[in-house]
Amino acid sequence: MMNLLARSAMGQGGVTAAIILAVVAVLLVIGCVVLCCLFFDKHAVSHFFAQFGIYIFLAVVAVAVLFPFYWMLISSVKTVEEYNAYSPTLWPQKFYWENYASVFAGDIDLGGMFLDTLLVGVVSTVLSLVVTVLSAYAFARLEFKGKNIIFALMLATMMIPGELFTITNYITASGLGWVSQSQHPDVAERFGTFCGLVIPFLVSVFYIYLLRQNFMQIPNELYLAAKVDGTSDLKYLWKVMIPLSAPTLISITLLKMMGAWNSYVWPNLIAGEAWTLVTVGLRSGNFNVPGSENLVNYPMQMAAVVLVTLPLLIIFIFCRKYIMRGVSRSGIKG
Amino acid sequence: MTKTAERPRPLKEKKNKNKWNSKNQWKGWLYLLPALVLLAVFTLWPIINTIRISFMVTADGSGYSYALDMRHVPFHFGFDNYAKVAAYGDFLNCLKNTLLLTVITVPISTMLALLIAVGLNSIKFLKKIFQTIFFLPYVTNSIAIGMVFMAMFTMIGVTPGMEPESIGIINKIIEAFGGQRIDWVNQQSSEAANMFVLCTYIVWNALPFKILVLLGGLQNVDKQYYDAAKVDGASRWRVFWRVTVPLLSPMIAYVVITGFIGGFKEYSSVVGIFGDSMGPITHDYRWDTMVGFIVRNIDLYQGRASAAAIILFLIIFAVTMVNMYVSKKRVHY
Repeated sequence: MMNLLARSAMGQGGVTAAIILAVVAVLLVIGCVVLCCLFFDKHAVSHFFAQFGIYIFLAVVAVAVLFPFYWMLISSVKTVEEYNAYSPTLWPQKFYWENYASVFAGDIDLGGMFLDTLLVGVVSTVLSLVVTVLSAYAFARLEFKGKNIIFALMLATMMIPGELFTITNYITASGLGWVSQSQHPDVAERFGTFCGLVIPFLVSVFYIYLLRQNFMQIPNELYLAAKVDGTSDLKYLWKVMIPLSAPTLISITLLKMMGAWNSYVWPNLIAGEAWTLVTVGLRSGNFNVPGSENLVNYPMQMAAVVLVTLPLLIIFIFCRKYIMRGVSRSGIKG
Repeated sequence: MTKTAERPRPLKEKKNKNKWNSKNQWKGWLYLLPALVLLAVFTLWPIINTIRISFMVTADGSGYSYALDMRHVPFHFGFDNYAKVAAYGDFLNCLKNTLLLTVITVPISTMLALLIAVGLNSIKFLKKIFQTIFFLPYVTNSIAIGMVFMAMFTMIGVTPGMEPESIGIINKIIEAFGGQRIDWVNQQSSEAANMFVLCTYIVWNALPFKILVLLGGLQNVDKQYYDAAKVDGASRWRVFWRVTVPLLSPMIAYVVITGFIGGFKEYSSVVGIFGDSMGPITHDYRWDTMVGFIVRNIDLYQGRASAAAIILFLIIFAVTMVNMYVSKKRVHY
């Protein structure tokens, strides 16, 4: 204890003080909760304390959830010297924004990676939406023989882990020239690899299923009325079905974009030097201190991590509803 | 055909149906065409081919590989790929790691998510904010945040016999409590220490989805059950175990099953923390997983990778079946 006090007196103990406070608070609350649950269960007083206990519990978990984000943010603006100090500081002494500049220059070309990833993400999302809408429409509105069997078979493939497909898809991609091999790929090779990144994942059975369910809720009478008026199927789809299913389509778009942003295994296998998607670039990037073999420049690395993480967080904050709705029905990421 | 089936339907409906039917037969297939072509090439063919090549071996007993296939080396049917995988020390390590991580993290994250969901369901003030915060890990890149966890646990400038340059924030907190710093992820780190870091990260990552599903379930529970329990004077603890858990059991089963499936496919969390070497420096591949094994063999030894993928599929299938069987017996309705 003396040791602790001495340290806080020396001014290094901001951490210590905060931690002691937190511990005291947590202990207090656990005590309260136990007391309430055991003795005052049926009283209004107990309700108040129980509520209080719940809030503290949630707050503690929230701190645990947020801490890595906080650590990432403050580390990204520290100097290497401050970051590497024996006692890490909880707030940067000096905001060193140059970390952010350095990830756009030199070895880590984060700007280029962003462009590559955006291009792959946007193209694959748009194409995937087209395929998904057409198939969902066929399953929801059109009548043809074998529809139910095909639909059941498609749903059955969802049970198989994706890794099983990856092996043969890698062979197929190699055969089609979609796997980048050279150190300095030319335009043709880059285009091939681009196809390799986009095409194998265009169809998502889950999204088709999700959209079909949505399309089915649109009353058939609308379709028949449109038919009587002589509207073509495509026009009906474009003018009625798509606007009415906009929320689901937005969910699909967001999840698909997130998937492209976060994809790692497949791009790492096939993209080589032709396309560097952010996640691959981040993991394989060389963040070492210049001239050092194994001393990682963590602040610079954290700046890159912030730049990769932030877009998703911002999109989430603005489109919370759509993302959470999509996710709660799927259990898949991307 | 039974008699009832032959009973004439109302004329109008039949006429209508036939009309649309004949007109849209080809149209339905046309709309499905892009999806079907893509699925045939990138889903159906892989299923067939992966099973096929997992049983293909050359005369000298080495497994299938694309390079050999290109040189028209003849293959015959055999179990050598599976035998190789099973005998391979690395693979057993992968299997052990995957099982350990799954068995540890699924119960912990499910319990924790259940507590959080129940907590969230019983408050009003600040509920939305808490909900948003708890969902944040889901929308992050699991490799990127893995790197942050690494940065929080790692010590910098470790030289044997000397004080490290920096000990990391987690060790700093431990020292502030008067504890001894631990080598979490560096050269001298123990398996248990690595495991703690990995499990913490995996649980951190797994919570959002579980909370979302369980909270959704809780919000659909009829308040009457709680009122009834209140009238009977049941304690909070009793209400939790006798009302909440049984009513939520379908959601809990769902979360556990998807948790197991996700756990067996664990890969990117390990890569996020340790990088492609999947282990601390000087202990490469200590935390290699099933998917890690498959991914590392894809470019050269497709036969071996296929055999491993089939084994992974069978394990996931078996575990899901067991889970379904147990939940059928235990799930309340």
